[in-house]
Amino acid sequence: MTERDRPQGHLGGVDRALPRGARPSGWRRETGGSPESSLDQAPPPDRDHDDLLAVDGLRITHGDVALVDDVSFRIAPGERVGLIGASGSGKSLTASAIMGLLPDGLSAAGSVTLRGRELVGASERELSRLRGKDLGMVFQEPMTALNPAMRVGRQVAEALTVHGTARRRATARARELLDRVGLPERTARAYPHELSGGQRQRVLLTIALANDPALLICDEPTTALDVTVQAQVLDLVAEGVRDRGSALLFITHDLAVIASVCERVLVCRDGRIVEEGPVETVLSAPEHDYTRRLVEAAL
Amino acid sequence: MTSTPDSAAPDAAPGSGPIVSVRDLERTYRGGVHALRGVSLDVPRGGRFGIVGESGSGKSTLVRLLAALDRPTAGTVTFEGQRIDDRRESDLGFLRRRLQIVFQDPMGSLDPRMRVRDIISEPLGRTRDRDERVAELLDAVGLPSDAGAQYPHRFSGGQRQRISIARALAPRPDVLIADEAVSALDVLVRKQILDLLTRLVDEYALTLVFVSHDLGVVRKMCDEVAVMRRGEVVEHGPVDEVYDAPRHDYTRELIAAAPTLHGALRAPAGSATSEASAAGPESSEPEPPPEG
Repeated sequence: MTERDRPQGHLGGVDRALPRGARPSGWRRETGGSPESSLDQAPPPDRDHDDLLAVDGLRITHGDVALVDDVSFRIAPGERVGLIGASGSGKSLTASAIMGLLPDGLSAAGSVTLRGRELVGASERELSRLRGKDLGMVFQEPMTALNPAMRVGRQVAEALTVHGTARRRATARARELLDRVGLPERTARAYPHELSGGQRQRVLLTIALANDPALLICDEPTTALDVTVQAQVLDLVAEGVRDRGSALLFITHDLAVIASVCERVLVCRDGRIVEEGPVETVLSAPEHDYTRRLVEAAL
Repeated sequence: MTSTPDSAAPDAAPGSGPIVSVRDLERTYRGGVHALRGVSLDVPRGGRFGIVGESGSGKSTLVRLLAALDRPTAGTVTFEGQRIDDRRESDLGFLRRRLQIVFQDPMGSLDPRMRVRDIISEPLGRTRDRDERVAELLDAVGLPSDAGAQYPHRFSGGQRQRISIARALAPRPDVLIADEAVSALDVLVRKQILDLLTRLVDEYALTLVFVSHDLGVVRKMCDEVAVMRRGEVVEHGPVDEVYDAPRHDYTRELIAAAPTLHGALRAPAGSATSEASAAGPESSEPEPPPEG
């Protein structure tokens, strides 16, 4: 089995908790397999194997001020979860904390585990092995997330080589992946500024999904895009996670987008989760007053 | 004349005739970019007229021409029957009073060194009842009376937009152009500003020209809508007709692509966007291909 070739040291054994059956087996295999991925690991040292991600009592503080307080939620493998709330509600900070990317001056307490592995307080070394591999992320502003001085194809390939793919293979794979999100072949040789906003977001999504992450986090990925382009990118997100069996945490203030992409929704207000449940239930019959106001304000 | 919709004929306005009319408007920028390619439309007096389009559709260029902030390459713009497209700034005083604009970014359009009361009363010039008028306007837009003594940076995005609206209303205009006026705002704040605009348009009998990339917002605010694409008006008519029975492919694509909460909840989870992309993700890719 190819996964045996995987270099030791990635995540130790804790990343093995995903049941084999949780992922449709199709896509990655067809395109040549991906020995770097941790998804195909042999049977797990059993923990909470229903949960891919477990956030417990997450608290993010700036000095004495709590910006996020007592946030707890779980995400099952392959589950698509939306996190909604107005600006300042703490939804982006929550995502940053999961990624271990909190801005300077902010600190996180509580627990965030990915397949049982604790991320709060993990070393940068550990986190950087997870990021881009088990955790993919797409931000609102792709221009700031892409290297302006590097050709797009190389940036995608780098996402693969950083996590152990040989360079020649990574280069070929990058082209395949760009093709999969509908970007023309010449895109690989383009620089980010030569692309439109929607194309850049496709590149970012390609990078985020390059290593078939167990969890894709999207933070307002389509807010700056035109509606027709937004629809295309949302489709690619939905398709990307479906094909890979990845779970999705999708952050936005746009309830319509959440309703079209996610199965379950968490409503965040002033740093707390005030309501959660299946999208249909929460958004058609909101119980919390704040959710009700959000639904009324939606168009 | 593919670019001129039938509905833009001079008799389009119900009631008392158009307050703003545009005929065969073209604007070509240096380097040969055709921002507008023959746009004709009438904004009826007292109407709530929406202009919707994606980036690059020409809506911002159109706004600048409606407000005589730029000159067309060809075609005419009239305000109550008077040409405004060929006038010098010194002959546009009446238009500057009677037509006002609220822009997207309140911070970019509010002078940070001026107190709110001076910002609001600036369009009034010297008048004796200045303080009264400022108090009246602050009240009208739902700001506390002591806001006048503050500087703009003290206010949130929504409050700054209220300040912009107060300033726009100061000279008692007939026409208010809202150019992506709520696009930078949070959903809850957006609702407050839309409600405020609706109330003010009624109260002051304003003609509203509401420009946005957001179809949902335009539907909520307007009774008539023009859909723009690549410098042309591709469809134009009553909002309900255009949204419920779009005649142009592009309008259909736009409506399918714009998710609405109710539409998304009706569709099975995860499938709502497929409906949108069925309208043609590859066939009508509006993005430019990368160069080189």
